[in-house]
Amino acid sequence: MFGRLTLEAFKHEASQNIAVLSMVLGGIALICLISYLKAWKWLWTEWLTTVDPKRIGIMYIVVVLIMFFKGFSDALIMRLQQALSVGDSQGFISSSHFQEVFSAHGTTMIFFVGMGAMFGLMNLIVPLQIGARDVAFPFLNAVSFWLFASGAALSLVSLALGSFSTAGWLSYPPLSGLQYSPNEGVDYWIWVVQIAGVGSTLGGINFLVTILKMRCPGMTLMKMPIFIWSALCTMALVVLAFPILTATLYMLTLDRYLLTHFFTVDGGGNYMMYVNLIWAWGHPEVYILILPMFGVFSEIVPTFSEKRLFGYVSMVWALILIAFYSFIVWLHHFFTMGASPKVNVFFAVMTIIIAIPTGVKIFNWLFTKFRGRVHFTSPMLWFFAFLLNFTVAGMTGILLSAPPVDFQVHNSLFLIAHFHGMVIGGVLFGFFAAFTYWFPKYTGFVLDEKLNRYAFWCWSGGFLLAFMPLYMLGFMGATRRLDHYDASTGWQPLFIVVGIGSIVILCGASIQLFGLFWSIKNRKKNWDRTDGDPWNGRTLEWATTSPPPIYNFAVIPTVDQLDPLWAIKRGHSPKPEKRYEDIHLPKNTPMAMYIGALSLVFGFAMTWHIWWMAIVSLVAILIAIIIRLSGDDEHEIITIAQVKEIEAAHKRKMESYE
Amino acid sequence: MSKKPVTIHHQDTLEPHPDTRLPDPHQDTFSKTTQGFWIYLMTDSLLFATLFCTYGVLHSETYDGATSKDLFSLTTAFVETMILLVSSVTCGLGMLAAIQNKRKFVITWLAASFILGASFVAIEIHEFIQLVQDGNSWKESAFLSSFFTLVSTHGIHVSFGLLWMAVLMAQVYRLGITVITFRRLIVFSMFWHFLDLVWIFIFTFVYLLGVI
Repeated sequence: MFGRLTLEAFKHEASQNIAVLSMVLGGIALICLISYLKAWKWLWTEWLTTVDPKRIGIMYIVVVLIMFFKGFSDALIMRLQQALSVGDSQGFISSSHFQEVFSAHGTTMIFFVGMGAMFGLMNLIVPLQIGARDVAFPFLNAVSFWLFASGAALSLVSLALGSFSTAGWLSYPPLSGLQYSPNEGVDYWIWVVQIAGVGSTLGGINFLVTILKMRCPGMTLMKMPIFIWSALCTMALVVLAFPILTATLYMLTLDRYLLTHFFTVDGGGNYMMYVNLIWAWGHPEVYILILPMFGVFSEIVPTFSEKRLFGYVSMVWALILIAFYSFIVWLHHFFTMGASPKVNVFFAVMTIIIAIPTGVKIFNWLFTKFRGRVHFTSPMLWFFAFLLNFTVAGMTGILLSAPPVDFQVHNSLFLIAHFHGMVIGGVLFGFFAAFTYWFPKYTGFVLDEKLNRYAFWCWSGGFLLAFMPLYMLGFMGATRRLDHYDASTGWQPLFIVVGIGSIVILCGASIQLFGLFWSIKNRKKNWDRTDGDPWNGRTLEWATTSPPPIYNFAVIPTVDQLDPLWAIKRGHSPKPEKRYEDIHLPKNTPMAMYIGALSLVFGFAMTWHIWWMAIVSLVAILIAIIIRLSGDDEHEIITIAQVKEIEAAHKRKMESYE
Repeated sequence: MSKKPVTIHHQDTLEPHPDTRLPDPHQDTFSKTTQGFWIYLMTDSLLFATLFCTYGVLHSETYDGATSKDLFSLTTAFVETMILLVSSVTCGLGMLAAIQNKRKFVITWLAASFILGASFVAIEIHEFIQLVQDGNSWKESAFLSSFFTLVSTHGIHVSFGLLWMAVLMAQVYRLGITVITFRRLIVFSMFWHFLDLVWIFIFTFVYLLGVI
């Protein structure tokens, strides 16, 4: 009846029980709060059934915050364990639980924090920046989000029921094969990643078409804002890379469920093929995470330097080249595989070459600031921290790209320090910058600047404390994923520094969370009085009101140059006429959420081998899709009168705050 | 829907959608959907490409079991190829009928494609059962694992195509050739031809090269 799911699945270690208990209590508290505020109907009509990309983007960010909390807790557990578990002391968690924790940490951070932040930004910014009212396929967009959310939910379920994978965030076989991981852990991992991955592929298709087809009149490719260029390259990478992940996971699934021999040790299988395939997706994936952040900084630096972006064309080509090269460097993740020197050299050289377009971007940002009027606002602070950390981590990446060096330090903490410099110093700081920069666009008020600064200093100081010692530890021979080591290694002092660093980062994250609530509470004080353009922005999203109306633009803008809003503000372009028209928008539908929920059930059933439930949910998903695709295109019309009323109401609201 | 046969041209498929009033004529739902579907097909072909690569790597890993030379029958594969190619032709004729707004012919041609597609799937299942009964299941060797996976993934695609076709026939029967059903028919035919193309690759790289 319940497959392999027995009461055993509820038994956990003490530390995990605390996590499960707090998660369940948090959930109950949330349900009580919503009921107390009588917000269910509002939640349903305004959020859960929405197909508005702005709303979907905000929901992405909410999921990202929740998952960040989870992934960050994992990180703290690991660092605390490593600071304590020396010699006779065994720390506070068992080694098998430690393995679950590092597997969950990587999976959570890459698939749900990184990808979620990236797709959240796409949803929020792309339609506004290209002067569109919507994305190309609004319903598909909602499906993407709900698949992402159900993947995230399944990973939360894995915390409470049974155990998660112990095979690391990429689940290399043969360890992840049936022989060495017979329980449900790897199956959880497979379905968590597979469900979210399908959502990402669909999202990639959607935004690619949105950018190619829905730009406002006059916005030719070379007049697109640079963030849109970064989004275009990212989405191209998504649609080219994610199918490889899907296929690879598919084969691992068959190995585990139908006893095929793709990646097994016996039967003629080849487990190094898995490693090749997963990195053929995995390397583009890291660029999928970082390219949008390059776009973010390319928007922030000119705005806060009051200068146009230096070298727009070279920036575009750098993005395209990075996207291209990202597909021919995957082997540098496993130089130690034993490929011939010629193969290793090819991938080493390609890896080194990627540094060139990246360097072009760094210099372009520096030249943008040169002789500009630089405002040291918190998005810019994040930029400076990014510049420092990304350059250091980039240089250590170049070190790692030389096979002889890589042979020495591969799988050591040196590598961990390198890629955390990229993903925290690059992706996460970029996301924080974006969050601060675009926050007023979607809420109408700015975040508290002072708290932002405190958070920033905690984060950058904490980051240096938590990750610079890892370079040294790596040289001293400390490998990654250690849950215990001998006192004679002399590593403990550095591990304690690392632990302190992660506590400092915790302070930074707490200040940010507090700052978010503080700013919401004091929103009247921090109201954006400029009505939608608090930073003297250059691009179209700042041309509409904050928060933007559901249709984004009452009048679709026309552009004839880069930085169209500056041109209007400086009198180089005429102000747009207010000629209103009827606006067609897609209707809300709960179908996307149903599909997401059914996928969650399907993933859960497959994990626990509950075949009847898997079949029922799969059939239900198909029926839901057929129902949706059998209906008419559902649009609703906002008439000219309604548009005028919405615009006037916004104006009255703004005047009341004066 | 008027009874008189009306030719539907592409520009007639523009729907009342805000974007169509913009100066750029390529922003209508029809061209967005077809472009999106082309990109989807590209992702799908990458999925197949991954499976083809895997098959290429594992082709000789027979683990002392049967090799491709021992197993493959070119006759069956050729019959399957012909069936699928003819189903593509009938599907194409159905699309021509859709352009001429002949509802009955659309359904007839789609039904023909459906029967051909279903018989393709039936032959494939029969072939698989034969292999398994002879003791050559996917569990025996990496070669057989990759063979079964690649070919049956295509077969599963065809089966979903059949389901899609059935739904479309019902829609055309109920609604006639409208802007929406026309768009859906075009997208479906892209899918069907794509599966044909993938099969040509399977026929060439798996069956033809397999018996050499």
